[in-house]
Amino acid sequence: MSSPNSRLPALAALALGLVAAATALVFFFAPLDADQGLSQKIFYFHVPIALTAYACFGWGAWKALLHLWKREPGADLESYVAIHQGVIFGALTLLTGSIWARASWGVWWTWSSNQLVLFLVLFLFYCAYFMLRFSVDPGPQRANFSAVYALFGVALIPVSFLAIRLASDFIHPTVFTSAGPQMSAKMFFTFCVCLAAMLSLAATLNAVELSGKRLDARLRELREALA
Amino acid sequence: MSSGEKYVAAAYLVVLVGVLAYVLIIATKLARLEREVGELAELAKRRKAESRG
Repeated sequence: MSSPNSRLPALAALALGLVAAATALVFFFAPLDADQGLSQKIFYFHVPIALTAYACFGWGAWKALLHLWKREPGADLESYVAIHQGVIFGALTLLTGSIWARASWGVWWTWSSNQLVLFLVLFLFYCAYFMLRFSVDPGPQRANFSAVYALFGVALIPVSFLAIRLASDFIHPTVFTSAGPQMSAKMFFTFCVCLAAMLSLAATLNAVELSGKRLDARLRELREALA
Repeated sequence: MSSGEKYVAAAYLVVLVGVLAYVLIIATKLARLEREVGELAELAKRRKAESRG
């Protein structure tokens, strides 16, 4: 069985290829939106980045559950790195969303949209995760506190995801309905490639960061052994 | 450049800068790890020399 490090170059190559293909599809394949025009192109990266942030938070919560339930070695570190990734992708979601809002609605932000406010709440909740984690000394207690907090946060994901369907203002567009995606086949294909690109990019960055953290821990052990 | 083009360029630039900033941070951490590995290798060599001498 190959180790995570041996899979990293292949994962990075996949991410690079998919990001390049996604960018080319967005600008040379996907048709212009009849309503929003060119600014709709932001959708192809903004929505996959948001979904990737949800996936990272979900993965972090799953690893937190494994830490609490099975005491799986390394699950706490994997949960922490996944949540770190989620916060980075969450920040990119808020920034690209804000630019799209300015282009489409004429405002950088609106407090009347439940989708936006709930995503901000989710983002701030996970930002606070780091304050909790680094306010406790390293050890089993810190790992347990962090895991419980990560599990609480995951409850916000379906609320944030479904908020747009529960919202009454409808300022934020609904693209995926019970009738399927409300876009042409070319647009949907481009969106799927963009989503795959973002997920593979997140997986690559996750593997790189995790590898660095593990190496750091091993070096600390070695330094203590040699001291 | 139209206003739509400016916003699309800004959004894609934000993503690019975000990813590059992340890579820069990881590169800085890797440089620190490399320095630490060098220090530990030096320490191990000194210990070996001391045990022989």
